[in-house]
This record gives sequence, C-alpha cells and structure tokens, in this order.
Amino acid sequence: MTKPVPEAKRMGDSGSGLLAFAIAYLLFLYVPVLFLPVFSFNDSIFVAFPLRGFTTRWYEQMFADQDMLNALVASLEVGGVVSIISTMLGLLGAKAVTRYRMPGQGAVTGMIMLPLFIPEIILGISLLILINGLNFQLTLVTVAIGHVMLCTPFAMAVLTSRLDGFDRSLEEASMDLGETPWMTFWRVTFPLAAPGIVSSLLLSFIVSFDEFLLSFFLSGLQPTLPVYIWSQLRFPNKLPGVLSLGALILISSCVLVFFAEWVRQLGTSGERKVGVA
Amino acid sequence: MAVRVAETGDHLTASAGQATSEPGFLDRLRAFYLRSDAAKGYVLLSPVMITMVALLAAPLILLVLYSLWTQVGLHVDTAPTLQRYQEVLNKQSYVDIFWRSIGMSSLVTLVTVGLAYPMAYYVAFGVKRYKFIWLVLLTIPFWTSYLLRAFSWKIILGYNGVINSGLMSLGLIHEPLGFLLYNQTAVIITLAHAYAAFAILPIYVSLEKIDRTLLEAAADLGDGAWARFWRVTFPLSLPGVVGAAVLIFVPTTGDYVTPALVGGPTGQMIANIIQVQFLKIGDWPLGSALAISAMAGVAILVVLFVSAMQLAVRQIR
Repeated sequence: MTKPVPEAKRMGDSGSGLLAFAIAYLLFLYVPVLFLPVFSFNDSIFVAFPLRGFTTRWYEQMFADQDMLNALVASLEVGGVVSIISTMLGLLGAKAVTRYRMPGQGAVTGMIMLPLFIPEIILGISLLILINGLNFQLTLVTVAIGHVMLCTPFAMAVLTSRLDGFDRSLEEASMDLGETPWMTFWRVTFPLAAPGIVSSLLLSFIVSFDEFLLSFFLSGLQPTLPVYIWSQLRFPNKLPGVLSLGALILISSCVLVFFAEWVRQLGTSGERKVGVA
Repeated sequence: MAVRVAETGDHLTASAGQATSEPGFLDRLRAFYLRSDAAKGYVLLSPVMITMVALLAAPLILLVLYSLWTQVGLHVDTAPTLQRYQEVLNKQSYVDIFWRSIGMSSLVTLVTVGLAYPMAYYVAFGVKRYKFIWLVLLTIPFWTSYLLRAFSWKIILGYNGVINSGLMSLGLIHEPLGFLLYNQTAVIITLAHAYAAFAILPIYVSLEKIDRTLLEAAADLGDGAWARFWRVTFPLSLPGVVGAAVLIFVPTTGDYVTPALVGGPTGQMIANIIQVQFLKIGDWPLGSALAISAMAGVAILVVLFVSAMQLAVRQIR
C-alpha cells in the first residue's frame, strides 16, 4: 500500500504542463468550428468582425428554402436506409468474426475495412464507373449504395468491439436450457449487443448524413444536404444561410455522437461492473 | 391406376431406403456445416463479403481496366494499352502535382501526429477520472461533417474573414492580409485541423496498452522521467504513431474538398485533377490511370515509411 504514493509522484511529474497543452488542443479542435454558430446569428451578410447584432433571420430564410428542405429530406432518407443496412451487415459480420475461427479471416476483415484506408476520391470514381457500366441512372439509390460501402466498415468495427467482450457461455446456457438458436439470438445475443447496435445505427447515420464526396460523384438531379451546401458555397449572398444550416448540422451531430458513444460506453462499463463483482 | 400407385410406392420406398442406408449429399453438407466453425462463420460473413466485393473490389478492378482503355470521343476503345500511363508520367504538371500533394500531406501528417501525441499521452497517463469525457470530446470531430470543418477555415482565413476583420477592428492592420487564403499553407492548416481526430485514437490505444510495470522497473533502475519516456514509452508507442501517420497521410494525399475550398490555383492536389478528368473533361481512362498511378505511388511511399520505422524501432531496442 505504501508503493502507489511515491509511484504517483514519480509518474505524474509533468501533469500540469500537459493539462495546459490538452486544453489548448481542445480549443484548437473546437474554436474554428464555433465560428459557424456565432456568425449564423450575426445581423450582416458579411462574415466579419465586429459583430453587428443578433438576428434569427438567416434561420428563417433557411427554413423557407424549399430546395434545402428537399435536400434535407433526401439526406435523412438515405441516412436512415443506409444505417439500417450497414448495421445489419455489420452485425452478421461482427458475429462471424467474434464467434467463429475461420481460415483467411484476417484477409477478409482487411478487405472489409479497406474503405477506411482508400482516399474517397478513388472510391467515388470507381463506383461511378461501375454504376455507369451497369447503365443505372444516378439517383439517391446510387448515393445510398455508395454510403453502404462506406458505412459498413464503421458499423462492423463498432459491433465487433461490442461483441468481443461477450460471454459466449450465456448463449450456450440458453441453448442447453432448450431455446432454439433463433430465440437464443432474440433473448440473449440481441439484448447484450443492443448498445452496440444503437451506437452503430447512429454512427452510420452520421457518416452517411455528413458524407460529401461520394454523394458528389453519385448523386443525380436530387442532391443530398452536403451536396446542396457545396453548390451554395459559390454564392456569397447565400453564405449566412449556409452558416446557420452548418451550425444546426454540427450541433445535432455532436449531440448524436455523444449519445452514441455514451450508449456504447454504458454497455461496456456495466459489463465490467458485473465482471468485478 | 394400380400400376401407377405401385410405381410411386416403389419410388418412395426406394428413396427412403437410400436416405437411411447412406447419407445424401445434402445431409453430408449439413453435417459438415454443423461441425465446421469455418463454414458457419463464412455463411454469416457472406452478406458483408458479397457487399464489399460488389461495391469495393469490383469497382476497383473496373478502375484498373478503364486505365488500360482509350477514350475516343464519346466512345471507349477497350483494346488494352499502357498509353494512358505514359501520358500521365510524361506530363510534367501531373508529376509536379503528385509531389506537391505528397509534400503537403507529409507536413500535415507531421504536424497532426506531433500535436496528437502529447494529447493522447495526457489522456492515457494524466487523466484519472472522466477519461471517457476526454475521449468523446476528442472523437466527436472525427464523426462530424468534414465539409463543414473545412468550410469554417474558409471563413476564418478569407479576405474579409474572421482573422482579417478581427485584426482590423482591433486596429492592428489597416488592410486585409491577402496571403491567408488560397495557397498551400491554408490547405495544410485546414487539413491538419480536419484530420486531428484521426491521429489521437491509434496513439492513445498504443499508449494505453503499455504495461505500467515496465515504467516502474525503469524508474526502479534509476531512469529519470525523460529517459523513461525515450527508452520505454516512446518505442512501445511507435506502432500507434506509425498507424496514425498512415491513417492521415493516405487520405490527405487524396483529399478533394480542402484544396478545392481553400487551395486556390497553387494549392490544388491530385484529387482535384482526377475530379476534373472525370466530371469536367470526361476522359475517364486518363482519369483512371492518374488515380491508379497516384495510389501506387502513395502505396510505395507508405511501405517504405513503415519499413523504415520498423528498422528504427529495432535500432532503439
């Protein structure tokens, strides 16, 4: 018991300097982005200091913009469908790699995770070539197809880490007590994996909702929200509207991400508590 | 009628006999499936695999094929040729843009990893409580809109932007500084900020995994804080550093949004000229050859970098 005290002293020597750095780093991460909400309430068409006074007219203008609302609906639809498909694919995949040992497993998971390591421009043009070769029209469906490819690795990574610490004897106990594999899935596996599933749904949704470059290559006449924002950036008089839209998107994604991570953490810390007790 | 009944009866008994005496192909397959972990695993994995083969592997193969073809007007000639690659390699402006992109992303990687390391170190070793809050705060930007994060730098660095108007209203400058936006520095700053979140997690994970008793042992053997860091912590965290570096270097060399938004004519990168070939000029074979040459170049550099780092780690140990 005496040892930890000098230990803490010896190891935690440079703590305050690092804390200062850490706070500066957080400021560097967050302050540049905070200019979006700040100027979205500024009563001037120019994004410049000094601030001219408070207004909500950019928000009113934005919500009156039918094209923006259409793009918003398109993004919500694509994000919803994509998050469900990727999470289902990711759940099956995560179950397979955590439950069974397979030859060639490393190569297969490597291929599934590959989109995280390839520049999006490459993914975009190669999918465009495929879709063009199949003579498909570019629509929201082709956007969603691209997003499924991008979101599935995220979903699978989140779910694999969730199912990894999973006590298999619980499933075996359920089978021994006479449940069918299907009922075992619903009554044991699914509830235990649920936090991971919620987290995967939310994170895939956000990745799809915020995705620009794939949508830029794969969308036809109907833009998603990021593609719509991109098209508005050319017009200086549209800038305040883009700022308010961007501020709303950033704040809602922060809330969703925080919630997703919290749900994921909630599950694992509960498990740890059980393990310690 | 009678004959027919007899026939079907015979057939029934015959098939029943077969099923009991020797297991059919399907039964054997089923038995194999139930015994084999690998088979069950691959059945579960197959939906993901099929999806990724169809949406990732097949398109990439098509991209390679396209790079061997020729665009003739609106029509594509599919006779294989390496001419597109010759065109790419012989065009000095493409080669220049490739090396410029590599130089810019190397700088971005250096800055990002250098800033992320102390941050990850602090969370791994310094934070005792609320570690989760720190980790979430550091990963939120990773998940939020990259487009908007890049866009916020455009309004910060702009001619009438946050910095210029701020400095002018403070009376420090009298006219806007023109050198802030639309150049390579603007691209490097924006990318370093946008990719900051990618570097922290790999480094944090490798620091967190370090066996704390090794540090105690080093301390007991008389190493000071710095010696302990350079001889134990840093070498053991290098895999995370290398992972973070690759995770930043590869996507930033191929970044489109940031150079397009804040790069101006001198800050354009590979992705911008690929996009022009695909969406503006419409020479897909040339665009494909460009994309593949750039990817191959980046892959070679990454392999060289990773092997050099592995050698370095062995030297330290």
